[in-house]
Amino acid sequence: METPVLETKSPQVKTEPAKISFLLSIRNSLIRDRYLYLMLIPFILWYVIFQYKPMAGLQIAFKDYSLFKGIAESPWVGFENFIRFFESEYFIRTLTNTALISLYGLVFGFPAPILLALLINEVKNKVFKNTVQTLTYLPHFISVVVITGIITNMLAPTNGLVNILIDKLGGEKTYFLTESEYFRTIFTSMNIWKDVGFNAIIYLAAMAGINPALYEAAKMDGANRWRQMSHVTLPGILPTIIILFLIQIGAFLEVGYEAIILLYQPSTYETADVINTYVYRAGLQGGEYEIGAAAGLFNSIVGLILVVTANKLSKKFTENSLW
Amino acid sequence: MKKSRSERLSDVLIYGFLVLLAIACIYPFIYVFSASISSAQSVISGEVILFPKDITFISYAKVLQDPAIWTAYGNTIFYTVIGTAVNLLLTICGAYPLSKKRLRGKAFIAFFIAFTMWFQAGIIPTYLNFKELGLLDTRTSIIIGFAISTFLVFILRSFFQSIPDSLEESAKVDGANDLQILMKIYLPLSKPALVTVGLFYAVARWNGYFWAMVLLNDESKIPLQVMLKKLIVEMTVSEQVLATADAMTEFSRETIIYATIFVSILPIIIIYPFLQKYFVKGTMLGGVKE
Repeated sequence: METPVLETKSPQVKTEPAKISFLLSIRNSLIRDRYLYLMLIPFILWYVIFQYKPMAGLQIAFKDYSLFKGIAESPWVGFENFIRFFESEYFIRTLTNTALISLYGLVFGFPAPILLALLINEVKNKVFKNTVQTLTYLPHFISVVVITGIITNMLAPTNGLVNILIDKLGGEKTYFLTESEYFRTIFTSMNIWKDVGFNAIIYLAAMAGINPALYEAAKMDGANRWRQMSHVTLPGILPTIIILFLIQIGAFLEVGYEAIILLYQPSTYETADVINTYVYRAGLQGGEYEIGAAAGLFNSIVGLILVVTANKLSKKFTENSLW
Repeated sequence: MKKSRSERLSDVLIYGFLVLLAIACIYPFIYVFSASISSAQSVISGEVILFPKDITFISYAKVLQDPAIWTAYGNTIFYTVIGTAVNLLLTICGAYPLSKKRLRGKAFIAFFIAFTMWFQAGIIPTYLNFKELGLLDTRTSIIIGFAISTFLVFILRSFFQSIPDSLEESAKVDGANDLQILMKIYLPLSKPALVTVGLFYAVARWNGYFWAMVLLNDESKIPLQVMLKKLIVEMTVSEQVLATADAMTEFSRETIIYATIFVSILPIIIIYPFLQKYFVKGTMLGGVKE
């Protein structure tokens, strides 16, 4: 339809009319939506500068990085940095710890908010319900520095509340944070405590969306509350559970290294050191940038594979996918 | 309807469990507060379990006398206020155009930004990027470097999308351009969503420590969380504070730490009851619309 206009306007261009009309329609939409595109410029620039440019910087994982030469001028070394990481004692240790801490989170942390939401859903008293929710959300909004600070102080060997109580009850004082066998339990419990209330919100929202007629029907059939829970509520929130489960699988390697850095000590590295804490220690504190970048890239790639796999599974088993 | 015995029993169990959980969630904060206003001796001997004992505000006096905390507090307020404003501005710049079905290239841009939720360069390249940009040890790095959360862009976008197109069309008929439509129609209608997104940003700004710790060296620029981290993890109670530690029975490293913690979370605790509903809304918006 636009072809005749085109020929009169730009007779010197010797491209196919279809192509030209395509370019012209782009031009038209650029003009029509110019303000929207102008708004997008700073937005996209931010992603280029602060997200994609560092991705280009990942090349140092394949280089012998020299501070003086910079990223571009440093010589390529192929997979040497990866091999060094894979052959170091840290590889198996950090990979195991990352997987185990994540697995603990899946096994214990994932069902916790579902259980909490089921219990809160049974409460009919509105004031009580709101109070419980308000109080259980609170820890989510407190910084990891404060949370780990409180834990460190409460577990402190001589003056910490926990050990004072243990002492009073006749037990033996233990400095839990220096014993590697306690680390994962402490860390997992901390995360559950911090997020259980807040993570329950989404299940409660899903429960609110269940058709009340289903409960009525179940009651007519003589179902007691436990049966209603298992036959109406749980199936009702199952899609939400599956989606959130897949999200967590996709984020398997994101184990909250920022909190681990605050909580671990050299004596607990054995069970606490995850890939990203190692990246931080070797790379930023130790100055071995290229090894840190290689370990970090390994973490990111495995993470990406997990996210894509989780989404594939989601598409296969549920109606909805994460994207 | 009368409840059966087993119903009543399960009620007792449910209510009982929830009460215990709620207590577990706030108890540490109550303890921190009680310990911070108790004498060091009663804290160390374990007499403070719930209520404060030998109430004294000397730890607070010591903390507040330390100029470092005022600097850090001021920095945190700066990073939170300016940072959140920048966050919102840039997030709107992306969310609004991307909410328009007609926008050409929208799918590509959406993928371009969503990709960063699945794959990130990681700690070292991010740090080196700041270094190359000459942003190490600058406030700009904190404000600009962390200006957008992709997840919140999508939340705001889905809110914009829920506003009926007919409003925009009628404004267009009246000759309004996209900027005017955004400012006069969309933003006023989106106040709840903007508050929600803004609060998520503000809490993240207030609580953030990792990149501030990595990027900032200068004591005069560090936020409260980094100062707290030094205090708690590295056990470096400010020199000025411990220099006067002759009256160790009244305050100690522990009570100083507790007082500092409480000072840092006080704003969140105060505003929390008013803001809670927005967070709930935001979480549901983010989850249900996946």
